[in-house]
Amino acid sequence: MYSYLLPEFAIERKTERCIKCRVCERQCPLGGHKYDPDLDAMFSCEEVCVGCQRCAVFCPTGALCVRPHPSQYKLNFSWTREKLQDLKKQAETGGVILAGSGNDKPYKVYWDHLVLNASQVTNPSIDPLREPMELKTFLGKKPDSLEIDLSEEGFEIKSELNPNKMIELPVAFSAMSYGAISYQAFLSLAMAAREVGTLFNTGEGGLPLEMREKYGGNAVVQCASGRFGVDSEYFNCASIVEIKIGQGAKPGIGGHLPGEKVSFNVARNRMIPEGSDALSPAPQHDIYSIEDLSMLIYALKEVTNYTKPISVKIAAVNHVAAIASGIVRAGADIIAIDGIRGGTGSAPKIIRDNIGIPLELALAAVDKRLRDEGIRNKCSVIAAGGFRCSGDVLKAIALGADAVYIGTSALVAMGCTLCQKCYTGKCAWGVCTQDPYLAKRLNPEIASAKLVNMLRSWEHEIKEMLGGMGINAIESIRGNRDHLRGVGLEGWELDVLGVKGAGE
Amino acid sequence: MIGLERKSSERYLPDQGREACGLFGVMNTSGKRFPGNIAISAIKNIKVRGNGLGGGFAVYGIYPDYKDYYALHIMFENKKRDVKTTVEKYLTENFNVAYDEQIPTNPQVSLFHPPLVWRYFVTPEKKGDERNFSDDEFVVDKVMHINTSIDDAYVFSSGKNMGVFKGVGFPDEIADYFLLDKLYEGYIWTVHSRFPTNTPGWWGGAHPFSILDWTVVHNGEISSYGTNRRFLEMYGYYCTLFTDTEVMAYAVDFLMRRQGLPIEVVSKIFAPPMWDAIDQMREKEKHLNTTLRMVYGPLLLNGPFTVIVARHNEMFGITDRIRLRPITAGAKDDLVYLSSEEAAIRSVAPDLDFAWTPHGGNPVVVRMNSTDHLLSMDNSI
Repeated sequence: MYSYLLPEFAIERKTERCIKCRVCERQCPLGGHKYDPDLDAMFSCEEVCVGCQRCAVFCPTGALCVRPHPSQYKLNFSWTREKLQDLKKQAETGGVILAGSGNDKPYKVYWDHLVLNASQVTNPSIDPLREPMELKTFLGKKPDSLEIDLSEEGFEIKSELNPNKMIELPVAFSAMSYGAISYQAFLSLAMAAREVGTLFNTGEGGLPLEMREKYGGNAVVQCASGRFGVDSEYFNCASIVEIKIGQGAKPGIGGHLPGEKVSFNVARNRMIPEGSDALSPAPQHDIYSIEDLSMLIYALKEVTNYTKPISVKIAAVNHVAAIASGIVRAGADIIAIDGIRGGTGSAPKIIRDNIGIPLELALAAVDKRLRDEGIRNKCSVIAAGGFRCSGDVLKAIALGADAVYIGTSALVAMGCTLCQKCYTGKCAWGVCTQDPYLAKRLNPEIASAKLVNMLRSWEHEIKEMLGGMGINAIESIRGNRDHLRGVGLEGWELDVLGVKGAGE
Repeated sequence: MIGLERKSSERYLPDQGREACGLFGVMNTSGKRFPGNIAISAIKNIKVRGNGLGGGFAVYGIYPDYKDYYALHIMFENKKRDVKTTVEKYLTENFNVAYDEQIPTNPQVSLFHPPLVWRYFVTPEKKGDERNFSDDEFVVDKVMHINTSIDDAYVFSSGKNMGVFKGVGFPDEIADYFLLDKLYEGYIWTVHSRFPTNTPGWWGGAHPFSILDWTVVHNGEISSYGTNRRFLEMYGYYCTLFTDTEVMAYAVDFLMRRQGLPIEVVSKIFAPPMWDAIDQMREKEKHLNTTLRMVYGPLLLNGPFTVIVARHNEMFGITDRIRLRPITAGAKDDLVYLSSEEAAIRSVAPDLDFAWTPHGGNPVVVRMNSTDHLLSMDNSI
């Protein structure tokens, strides 16, 4: 415990309501609540509280209220409370401050400055409850042209096609490894992806053997710098193989799963000794250049006998458009771009909060560059990092994405409250922990049903918005920036987004 | 393609034009040429579909004496002599100009701000690397250059033995102005009456829209315009008019001429069957339709449209996948008619052998010396 730090949260207990049932004590993995049998009284320990609201939600009498601690330093817009507290923590430990989840700093969220179009008079809007509305999406390389022959049985495709993965809606679950999240959470994502007909991404923690047959068809398996859990069977059981170069929450650095989270099963999946730290190097040490990336892409294509699209995931950084072009030319079938608000189980806070560029600008720049070079059809683009609702998703697709990855939204649907303490492994909601007592709080049957519900509601909403625009197939909004307008954006921002201002 | 121009950002591009329109097309399947009175009276009958802000005709088989030359109909919007000089200099640098003249007009007809319209009969003169291009590709490139880089000049049409006559006015006024009923005979006539809602009268914005010998007349508003336009830009087609019709003409040229796909396949790209229907198909057909949607999804034309496309020896009509705009076909002896309304056809051919309304996405293909158009009758409403 740090000395001389103000608690972040205040725990208020209405004693007249409290029945001393000790639910809060059992629910809090951090020891925020204690029962004293001698005094027959409940006590709070505010210093440990992270504001995850588990106790407040579970309190049967509504006796608890957890809110930002009212005590504060003298107001200072430069030296904020967060900056002060971080300095004090560093003064005490000499360490790098860690953070979980995505960047919470007030960088402009461009989704909130983009609005979508609708039909009026000249073009009828379409009612998705009465007419078909199609969201099927294909991920992978498309040919420049098709050779079609006319035979007695009709027209026939002669061209050989690159592998593509069809998903029922353009939303997939982002990379979250078993190890970072609990087995229950991992399984819930897989179950939901299978039911809805989309993808989940294993992250770099491997895919448990018992899940491969049933969920492999919906899996994107990652090949990351640590190469954990990687063998040919792992690649071949999946539908897409993804090379992870970078992550939006921590561009340029690797990962570190502390030994405490490396349980027997996590260790088996990652093919490392139990309890050992799982360290992913910052770069992939066989990729120091774009040619090296190409070699890995083709090595993976060889391993999977050219039957699966190969994706390359990068963080959105300054020259993302040029990098993306290089990746396509290196042979990737899919590019995933993770923006500055992308989530993480653990990252140095200074990196999470300061490195990278907003996804919206990166996505627009990549889409434009690939089109300018005439190679947009040679790959699919998946956008990731900070999608909060179906409106964000549709705006991303209108900017040029083929599909999006969602991470945080899925975790929130399962119970996460964004307390940002994923790296502690003490998630009270059972999402981001390997502690069996905590992890079993998440029932995969229930959690996957919630995920399915969330995707279905987004699906309905996307259909409503598309119908309003007079569009009945998702491919007709893809890259269709005519249907976007900017509000409250400066000229250079509109230029980069390739979008007109509202009323322009 | 060579000599491309790129805009720095989508932001500076004009808005897509919005319009609703009346269409009519007629073809003699034995190739016999006939005067313009059929097309003119038919389109007059559906005057309500236009508002006098644009009308035009495409006629095939009108220049038999120059049938091996690309006939460039070029409009000089403000009749500026120096623009014409610039264009002619460009033409002589790239083509051998066999003959040129002003397209005759009727001084009795007064129209809004008529431009100078000139026709040039040319053959390509390719230099250096350009020899690697086919004549058609070369002509497309030069037409794109004139349209995008020379202000005030605009190419109405660029095919052989065909031409587009269009302008601001009702189509019958345009016909009078260009003396269509008196000077020309063709074996295909397509005509368009325009009802634009946001583009003010501009002669270049009238239909038909044309590239090489392709012409497109179209009714509707494509909600996938941005997707279609940006996809075509990858292949060197730069929209300068910002109308759906332009996008459609380029899409037709791209798929049919450059990729060599027949209209029966192209119709499945423009107006593909629903996934629900594809799921019910037999394996080969399913594979075909799935692949087409996967590869050419960006060319799906979404939203309401009826279109009549023509080129030498072929004319076809199609409506969008959920038939938000109508099309009717009719046949009488060697003449096959397509129109946005049956009334237009009935007004010029009261005793049709057949009249039918195809389903959305189901093309009526009229080919020289064939009865292919009747195939669409099997599956009509």
